[in-house]
Amino acid sequence: MTATSVIVMPANARRPRPRGGMTKKRPVDWLLLVAVIAGGIVVLVPFYLILVNAFKSPIDYATSGPFAFPQEIDLTGIQNFWERVNFPEKVWNSILISGTVAVLAVLISLLNAFAIGIGRVRGRSWIVLLFLMANLLPQEALLYPLYYMFKSVHLYDNVWSVIIVFTVIQAAFGTYLLASVLGTFPKEVLEAASIDGATRWQILWRVVFPITRPTLSVLLIFFFIWTWNEFLIPLTFLPSNANQTVPVAISVLTGDRLMDVTTTAGAALLSIIPTIVFFLIFQRTLTRGITAGAVK
Amino acid sequence: MSVITRAERGARTKLPPEEPSIPQRKGGTAGYWLYLLPGFVLLLVIVVIPLVFNVYLTFTKWRGVGAPDFIGLENWFTIFTDEDFWTSFTNSVWMVLAMVVIPTTVGLMVAALLFDVVGRKFGGKVGSFLRATYYLPQILPIAVAGIVIGWMFRPGETGSVNQMLAVFGIPAYDWLGQMPSALLVLMGVLVWVQIGYPVVVFMAALQRVDPELYEAAELDGANWYQRFTAITLSIIRPEVFVVTLTCTIAALKVFGPVYIITQGGPAGATLVPAYYAYSEFFTKRNIGYGATIATVLTVLVVVVSIIFIRVQNSAERKERAGL
Repeated sequence: MTATSVIVMPANARRPRPRGGMTKKRPVDWLLLVAVIAGGIVVLVPFYLILVNAFKSPIDYATSGPFAFPQEIDLTGIQNFWERVNFPEKVWNSILISGTVAVLAVLISLLNAFAIGIGRVRGRSWIVLLFLMANLLPQEALLYPLYYMFKSVHLYDNVWSVIIVFTVIQAAFGTYLLASVLGTFPKEVLEAASIDGATRWQILWRVVFPITRPTLSVLLIFFFIWTWNEFLIPLTFLPSNANQTVPVAISVLTGDRLMDVTTTAGAALLSIIPTIVFFLIFQRTLTRGITAGAVK
Repeated sequence: MSVITRAERGARTKLPPEEPSIPQRKGGTAGYWLYLLPGFVLLLVIVVIPLVFNVYLTFTKWRGVGAPDFIGLENWFTIFTDEDFWTSFTNSVWMVLAMVVIPTTVGLMVAALLFDVVGRKFGGKVGSFLRATYYLPQILPIAVAGIVIGWMFRPGETGSVNQMLAVFGIPAYDWLGQMPSALLVLMGVLVWVQIGYPVVVFMAALQRVDPELYEAAELDGANWYQRFTAITLSIIRPEVFVVTLTCTIAALKVFGPVYIITQGGPAGATLVPAYYAYSEFFTKRNIGYGATIATVLTVLVVVVSIIFIRVQNSAERKERAGL
């Protein structure tokens, strides 16, 4: 996965400079390398199992076991899962929920952080702490009251219930992070805009927003992925098949333990693909975002 | 999990100075409250009110229909003599071991090895590739991870772990059906999922360490261990704090893997507070009691966060005083 390595590569990384005798490889270095690679292989085992078994027929699995390569490519496991859960529908639900949450949460984080980091409203350290706590809380402490509230306003089993909840939870973290980023915003730029007669609203959208856009796009992507992977809240608030997200659909389907192994592997494979595709599409945005964040 | 954002968090904990950044024409900073309004309203409706409602429910008996019956402190008396409740919190200690202690320690070693040995002597590309490998489980939805593991540890001869052991003549075993293997499998999954997060954060932090410090220490005759503790650990301490805090909170809140892999079983042996509260809410319909468990968990999370933040602040102060 080169995508993840791009994301986490700090842009101002000082490359380890090979100098003097440091590049000389002692036997112990080889031993350590082997140890780290062995650890990596252990980490990859479940992924390997997903990959090889997704393309096997049940008979092939029964005869050759979980670790062998498929004797011939058989797509029935993947096809089974695709049809049984109506996979495109689940992917669309997940995209709709995660995408809307990401956009709304970034917007609210920006508004909050503008007031806290640039406006420096009174009591801002308490406000930041309040938002931080909202993000750290166990979701169970909100679960039943929210369940009850959504039922009474007919938002239960409606994707908007999940969208609203995660907008607030993600925005709470976004506020915490962005407030400190905007707290270090170059003052001269703001003063210049103000002297030119810009209102606060104009300063926010014409000055602050364009300059912080790289940081905002990183937040956007992380909000998307975090929401995509969420489990408890979608499980509770979206009971009907037509509204489920990808993780909930796979857990509901396999919960009965009747599904055969190759379908399970196919389901797992299909569920990982959207995340990986997403990483591949956005890796450049992520790199730029980190560059901007690191230079500050 | 965000890597960059959380790593950045450690670096920027200082609050901005008092005055607003834009010269104010009139009315001071009050006008900025308008910008906080949408965020506050949403926070109030989705977090604050439900939280208060939840605390109120701890004093009631309620099956979710009709009006809740006020019963005073009964739930609170029950909870302290409830064995399942104590089991669930004891299991939280195991979760902390699996999600904080082991991943942070092993992650620190792996990061140091990748940076110090692999990165320096075998090239940055090998290091980045291995780092990405360790990070891979982190992008997997936890539900999917749980299902794959559940399948690997299936009882009987269809489980891939049992099939693998059969090669060595070891008979099939019901991994998730008995103790202590159910808890150990659960912990193993959590270690597997968590390990990439500290590796990535610590490797990013290690970039800050000036290589000349190491060279100087090496010339002074410091061995690898001495250099590691005196230089590396002291420089990346903020990241160690952040990783420990975020993972501890995640460990206290863990739900998905338990729900999917063991459902708290066998016989409550892998029960954790979050799953216990959930099953009281939606399986047994004891809303008041579930709310009580959730409240205890919330208090625990808040207390742990406050302790961490205080310890970190005092460590920072000491460091500044020492310089």
